[in-house]
Amino acid sequence: MRHHLILRVITKLLVGPIMLFALYVQFHGDYSPGGGFQAGVIMAVAFIIYGVVFSLDHVQRVLPPWLAHKLSALGVLIYAGTGVYSLLTGYAYLDYAALSPDHPVHGQHYGILLVELGVGVTVTGVMVTIYYAFTSRTPIMSDEAW
Amino acid sequence: MSAETLQHTALTLNDQLPALQILVTFIAAPLVVMFGSLRLAWPITFAASAISFVIALMLLSQVIDGSVISYHMGGWAPPLGIEYRVDAANAFVLVLVTAISTLVLPYARVSVAAEVQKKHHTLFYTAFLLCLTGLLGVTITGDAFNVFVFLEISSLSTYVLIAQGANRDRRALTAAYDYLIMGTIGATFFVIGLGFLYMATGTLNMADISDRIADQGANRTVRMAIAFIVVGIGLKAAMYPLHLWLPNAYTYAPSAITAFLAATATKVAIYVLLRFLFSVFQPTLLMEYYSLRFVILPFAILAMFLASYIAIFQTDLKRMLAYSSVAQIGYILLGISFLTETGLTAAIVHLFNHGITKAALFMAVGAYVLRANGSFYDEIEGLGRRMPWTSAAVVIGGLSLIGVPGTAGFVSKWLLVQGALEKGWWPVALLIVASSLLAVIYVWRVVEVLYMKPTPADSVVREAPVSMLIPIWIAALACIWFGLNTDMTLNAAKAAAQGLLAGSAGMMN
Repeated sequence: MRHHLILRVITKLLVGPIMLFALYVQFHGDYSPGGGFQAGVIMAVAFIIYGVVFSLDHVQRVLPPWLAHKLSALGVLIYAGTGVYSLLTGYAYLDYAALSPDHPVHGQHYGILLVELGVGVTVTGVMVTIYYAFTSRTPIMSDEAW
Repeated sequence: MSAETLQHTALTLNDQLPALQILVTFIAAPLVVMFGSLRLAWPITFAASAISFVIALMLLSQVIDGSVISYHMGGWAPPLGIEYRVDAANAFVLVLVTAISTLVLPYARVSVAAEVQKKHHTLFYTAFLLCLTGLLGVTITGDAFNVFVFLEISSLSTYVLIAQGANRDRRALTAAYDYLIMGTIGATFFVIGLGFLYMATGTLNMADISDRIADQGANRTVRMAIAFIVVGIGLKAAMYPLHLWLPNAYTYAPSAITAFLAATATKVAIYVLLRFLFSVFQPTLLMEYYSLRFVILPFAILAMFLASYIAIFQTDLKRMLAYSSVAQIGYILLGISFLTETGLTAAIVHLFNHGITKAALFMAVGAYVLRANGSFYDEIEGLGRRMPWTSAAVVIGGLSLIGVPGTAGFVSKWLLVQGALEKGWWPVALLIVASSLLAVIYVWRVVEVLYMKPTPADSVVREAPVSMLIPIWIAALACIWFGLNTDMTLNAAKAAAQGLLAGSAGMMN
């Protein structure tokens, strides 16, 4: 029979708001405490709690390990890509003024937003990957393996 | 802030070179993961490394006359922003690191396929690219904290790369773990040192720190900073009593990684040491710290003798070479401790020459591992006849390690002796020669094993594949080329040494 009914129901209720809160921390990070790293961790928590309560199989059906790997790389690419864009438009690497040449201060704003998005995506990917790595560990090596 | 319209002059590709030096490999790393293709991983890695090499050469050609390139990350001017600063000293190291990685990668293709599990290949090349990025970043940046960040990037990926040797020998895991602990302690010491510097000067830009120390003179905080930074970087550079992580890490890492790390990682750490000792703390200030000489000099000489002595008694070629690396780092540190132009030039030239020598030797070891399934002396007995090309390269590399005239090793040791005599330290000069005799013994043991012992009758060992032989021989011939044609290395090293000795003046525009 299925156990832990309360945990299951509460988790299902919570996963959505946790993700929403992650997005809030992500995109409101320039006005209130928060930013990419915190948001990434919170977003990863949504997956991890789902995995803890339901099972590794369930969560990996939602976010397979290969996708978590790609997310980690994608975030870095978003970050570096922002820099490359300013580089291509003739500014120094990561000079956010390039994003809005007529109004450099706005450029700074967009730049931070993009870069933090990259950080958030990578942190989500890495956190979930670490969780997968620990929970799907193969059994401890036998003596013969040495 | 008002919405002022700033006059912006677009930067040219040439202006962007310092950023691109890091970026090419840095962006290639996530791309390898994104594609996730076994077939694409190697070509992307190789292309990125080759492009980096070209960029490094372009940078070196621009700064070899003693000029300095300054690049402002994100358009923020130093000392507030992060500055990338290229002068002769680090351009030289950039060329060394990218050249070795571009040389090792074609070799790595077969070697890694044989030594590392296939499912790890894409991530292996990603880690390699990140390690390369970290090493280049440490070298190119002019911001003290940025050095720490890149040092961590390169170190973390190095631990992963060493652990990949576990497929061949499980002890790679403990070796990587040891290195992780030691490396982390080193990095912590380094960052504590930076903390003291920041406390004393309120800035993290190297040139700015240097100026402020010059203004306020030495105080206890600055002295603490020097102590912490020297010990921290000493761990990374395997300075003699702090070298304990090195032999295991080099022995159990995949062969291609050993060749790459031996030729670059410790060299970059030595560069950081040079940068901090001479550019951040100025030579004039350093003169007050004769005590430093009384630490580095004796340990360098101890390294030359003890590590060479231990190398003689090794029974594994790879491990022997690892101990020999510790000894050779001793020579480099000895050159630094002279605090003269000749001594520094010798240290920087030896950095390069030892890099190519060890690359040739460790790559040859990888060839034995591939064909004879190991590098213990009893496994490679008599292989001089079965693998003539590989073994001949080992002999050339060995001669360069000893410092026989006509090889790269001779040039740097000659300069080192010259530097010692210039200071009137003839006992030190004698010690350099005496320790080279120890190198003769350990190299001779290898030659004896390879050529004098009979080949086992049931041996089915064949010569290594051409894709491995060509990089091995390029490195081996480079040992001879840079032993005969010393203009390029000596000029670059001399320009670097002058820049470093000029202290802060060499750092300012």
